[in-house]
Amino acid sequence: MTSSAAAAASPGRRAPRFLVLAAGLVAAAASVPIAYLALRALSADDSARALTPLVSTARLAWDTALLAFGVVVTTLAVGVPFAWLVVRTDLPGRRLWGLAASLPLVIPSFVAALALLGAFAPRGLVQEALEPLGVDRLPEVTGYWGALVALTLATYPYVYLLAAAGLRNADATAEEAARSLGASRRRVFTHVTLPALRPSLAAASLLVALYVLSDFGVVSLMGYSTLTTGIYVRYESLLALESAAILALVLVALALALVLVASRFRLRGAIYRSTPGAGRAGKVVPLGQWRWVALAFCSAVVGLFLALPVGVLVWWSITADRLTGRTGVAWSAAAGSASMAMAAAVVAALVVLPAALLAWRYPSLLSRWLERLTLLPSALPGIAVALALVFVGARIGAPLYQSLALLLVAYVIRFMPYGLASTRASLDSVSPRLEEAARSLGRRPVHAFVSVVLPLARSGVLAGAALVFLSTIKELPATLLLKPIGFETLATEIWKGTSLGAYSEVAPSALLLIAIATPLVYALSWRSAWELGAAD
Amino acid sequence: MKKVPVLVLAAVVAALSFAAGAATAPTQSTSLTIYSGREQQLVKPIMDRFTRETGIELKIRYASSTSLATALVEEGRNSPADIYWSQEPGTLGLVGARGLLARLPQATVGKVPARFSTRSRRWVGTSGRSRVLVYNTNELRESDLPASVWGLSNARWKGKIGIAPTNASFQAFLGATIRLFGEARVRAWLRGLEANDVRFYPNNTTVVQAVGRGDIEVGLVNHYYIYNLLAETPDLPVRNHWFRDGDPGNLVLAAGVGIVASTQKATTAQRFVDFLLSKTGQRLIARGPGAAEYPLVKGVPRRPGLRPLDSIKGPKYNLGRLSADLTPAVRMLLEEGFIK
Repeated sequence: MTSSAAAAASPGRRAPRFLVLAAGLVAAAASVPIAYLALRALSADDSARALTPLVSTARLAWDTALLAFGVVVTTLAVGVPFAWLVVRTDLPGRRLWGLAASLPLVIPSFVAALALLGAFAPRGLVQEALEPLGVDRLPEVTGYWGALVALTLATYPYVYLLAAAGLRNADATAEEAARSLGASRRRVFTHVTLPALRPSLAAASLLVALYVLSDFGVVSLMGYSTLTTGIYVRYESLLALESAAILALVLVALALALVLVASRFRLRGAIYRSTPGAGRAGKVVPLGQWRWVALAFCSAVVGLFLALPVGVLVWWSITADRLTGRTGVAWSAAAGSASMAMAAAVVAALVVLPAALLAWRYPSLLSRWLERLTLLPSALPGIAVALALVFVGARIGAPLYQSLALLLVAYVIRFMPYGLASTRASLDSVSPRLEEAARSLGRRPVHAFVSVVLPLARSGVLAGAALVFLSTIKELPATLLLKPIGFETLATEIWKGTSLGAYSEVAPSALLLIAIATPLVYALSWRSAWELGAAD
Repeated sequence: MKKVPVLVLAAVVAALSFAAGAATAPTQSTSLTIYSGREQQLVKPIMDRFTRETGIELKIRYASSTSLATALVEEGRNSPADIYWSQEPGTLGLVGARGLLARLPQATVGKVPARFSTRSRRWVGTSGRSRVLVYNTNELRESDLPASVWGLSNARWKGKIGIAPTNASFQAFLGATIRLFGEARVRAWLRGLEANDVRFYPNNTTVVQAVGRGDIEVGLVNHYYIYNLLAETPDLPVRNHWFRDGDPGNLVLAAGVGIVASTQKATTAQRFVDFLLSKTGQRLIARGPGAAEYPLVKGVPRRPGLRPLDSIKGPKYNLGRLSADLTPAVRMLLEEGFIK
């Protein structure tokens, strides 16, 4: 039931050529932005290099890493206990809590930052509300800590979703065996449950860290400088494409380091599921009196990360709209967002399968690097990916340039790492023995994969698709440059409002974005996974 | 397994929606593609009027002036754009300096005062905006304010100043000031600001909001930001202050337009530029919803409540120099740690 990572591999077996080819094509597409940046960086002259002095670049990289580390720690601290409470305990209303924990994903992070700033500003909404209690000034939420809070809000759902999927997938028989052999509940948790979660947590932490690396909206509003703000400064102030590219490559190097660290963590002491069908759900842990503590924890998290920003948005839309009198809810933009996000989710979920499969089933230097290349673009700021596709797309020309098809390619390149990491995390808990057994019984490789492996990895594939959907629906920089003219999404509508400082105009679109995504979060990430758990 | 048909179904739906989008795409013989760094709310009335008067359809891509400029650079000769309309003289200058904007006729450039265009005629100003000091009217009276922007390095303003160092207009002001007064003086001034614990904000709007809340007392911004915020919050205690005549802190900048060099529709594009500089176009630019900039063509009334543009005496500076002057400004901001 427990086997070492080395035994999982089947090193003797050659990977099917079509699998390598497919994964190679996807990795090549993912490498387009990096190749473009390298091209730009190579044409840097002395004046471009003068804009990226070594010391300040190193400083930016350090500050960026510091923020990524902090956010990973806080998201783990929030997301893992939350997932455990929802999946494994008798927490009252746990289905609703589970939904509430995933929802902050749909709040565009710059909107979250605006809402936090609006709420906690020295004389903002929260202080106004506390005024009767004699509170006349709150500490400011800006800089490192402000960015930490806003980015935790934006990214802890990655940890929650993947940890919850991991917990549902984890094989309860291993835990029961440990219990029956006399291990305490705590020992079971640290020695059986957590190690089984390891692939999920490594994948989620990586996604969180890559997100922090790529984020511009939050850090710029919070006044914290990272490599990404440095890249924007160089683009925006001087059209200094070359020095921006140098910084972006530093970002890529940092991302690669994170990917390598995460892959070291992932497989140590892997624990596979023992049964091929639906796994047996673990015993529900009765919380007893602890449930009040648990409810307080969940309320605090959901209150700060969901109720507060949504509350600020509602407040803004009520106290609305003196500027232009425009209160329109952009339905066509909503349809645009939803259909593109759906398309991106489906395509991304499918195109990452070859790389995930290859890395899981036929580990080799080649398969590992194909996987890593595919992960890297998610660390790049959106504008860098967008410009890469502008560069390539304009040379291909009409009708592809600035078409929905190319925009879809941009979305998939930017966000398929979420699908890949999530799929891979769930594959890691599937023993290759099962597939071998199916094949020894005469199933063809593809058939064995579809009928035996995929069902076991289903919750991870679906969680990945959900993450891609939710990331795409709020994407802005690539959308603005690559969409067909006249095509709008909710994110572009929100952008139009904020660029004039008209927050009251932002609110209805932002709320609509959340409303659209809610049933999808429910359907994609949660209900299906629940059925899996409830199957026996 | 059950999920696979759902995925397939979703893929089919997505494919169909692509097909539908392609089928309904409008096709007209006379059209222009515009890259607009100006916000849709500000320019939509102007665009609609142009189409009504000429029958020329406008395809408009809205994004920030700078990201459109980077796109123009990366598109090069293959750009689908015919017109680039920008908030910033700096990005216009940088795009023009790369040879990506066509030379405009003298008659077009001559419609606005010479300081709002360039000698190379790569772009022409469409509206004017002035640098100002915004101040909190609860904390300060006009007479408390410095007569010159240099005065902000005085210890009197310690902890009370806000700026937006990544903002293009701030950088334009700094570039012009370095050109006119030399690096040493400007660097000393920046260090004075730093000694005064100057606070950094991501953009002009947040500077004005911070002044409104009283977090800071004064901020260096453009003149029009207070009007939108006053429309949302009428009792916001903010007002604009201009420095003494000729002060670099009163620099008047311009939003402007250029014709993309690779366009196949130069004549039609020229019509659009001329429309922006016509009385009708200028009136719509100056008086539209949310607009508070200055018209640049003589005889077009400005928004009520604005002081006359001619009464604002900025430094003697030609905006065409900005493409060269921005680099020293940004480098100095990097060296002094104002941006990273």
